[in-house]
Amino acid sequence: MSLVYAGVCSHAPGIVGRADLVENTKLRDEFHASFDTQRQQIEDTNPDVLVVVGAEHFANFFMNNMPAFCIGMADRYEGPIEDPDWLKIDRRTIPGAADLSKRLIQEIMQTVDVAFAEEWKFDHGVMVPLHFLTPEYDLPIVPVNINCQGPPLTPLPRAWAFGEALRRACDSVSERIAIVGTGGISHWPATPDSGKINEQWDRDFLDRLMRNDKSALLEYTDEDTYRDAGQGGFEIRTFIAIAAAAGGKGELQFYTAELPIFAVGCTVARFDVAA
Amino acid sequence: MSLYQLQKSLYVLNRDPAAQDKYRTEPDEFLDAFDLTDEESRALRDADIGLLYVLGVNGQILMHYAAFLGIQWFDYLDMMRRGIEKHGPVRDGVYAMTGGGQSFSEEEKQR
Repeated sequence: MSLVYAGVCSHAPGIVGRADLVENTKLRDEFHASFDTQRQQIEDTNPDVLVVVGAEHFANFFMNNMPAFCIGMADRYEGPIEDPDWLKIDRRTIPGAADLSKRLIQEIMQTVDVAFAEEWKFDHGVMVPLHFLTPEYDLPIVPVNINCQGPPLTPLPRAWAFGEALRRACDSVSERIAIVGTGGISHWPATPDSGKINEQWDRDFLDRLMRNDKSALLEYTDEDTYRDAGQGGFEIRTFIAIAAAAGGKGELQFYTAELPIFAVGCTVARFDVAA
Repeated sequence: MSLYQLQKSLYVLNRDPAAQDKYRTEPDEFLDAFDLTDEESRALRDADIGLLYVLGVNGQILMHYAAFLGIQWFDYLDMMRRGIEKHGPVRDGVYAMTGGGQSFSEEEKQR
């Protein structure tokens, strides 16, 4: 078995880019410290690679050719695509793991049709988590995208099936693999309602996620999610895929709806990796 | 209405430094590569965030474009609100203003 760590975290650009605009600096620092705990827990499992299952925002994929799933297959990536002064993360090269990517893709393809990409520019969906989780950019990354932006979106049951396929692929290789799903729960980012958060909806979703309750997680329709959790809520696909891959219960390590300048309910959690 | 082409132009602009140079130095030539209405061309040439938002440009694409332009966060939110005041509700896409567009940030309220 070579899946050694599974977790989820928020990826909103404001978490780094607008960190200096926060009034409640104590709460901000607690949130950032929870990322540090996550980094430590990942490092403790001594992974060879970190698979980041993200929900990108038109950095690489557009409606001219939108994959439901895509996996990076390169030895180097670049990011962030956004203005570095805005995101407050310097532009750099990030190491990849092309050979491992290829073997994972081949195995996943046995049950889920994934696209692959030998070019990939990371946006905040990957760069913000990496800023905290691999601050030296010394751990090879395998980026994964689930279409949460350009409707028709990847159906939730397919996100679950992808997570199971990712798990099977991880277990088929000898490398030690950590996986992190990044995204938001309820949020209305990049709209005039930015900062609005439906805490009740978030806590209900997180309860389902931590119980790893498949049927409860796959109950949401996109119409319900849009109404109650905003278009940002479509990113629950990444968290659901990680739950499917992990198979075990989750432990919510941090959640707050009280940092609205970050425009997301701030979340860090880990899962038990079931045998 | 060619929202697809409008968003495509911003997608290209957001990720390609050469396109960014072209947009800054020869905007008409950059815009000519896309099948845009006069209103869409004008919105892009004038960097009219409010109108682009109302036309239905995906918020993530628009946010990255505003960052490229160096627009500060609270100004960017204000521009979208003013766009709705001037041009009416968002006409397409999933980034419509579904709430009151109110400020949720204590920091912003104090500005």
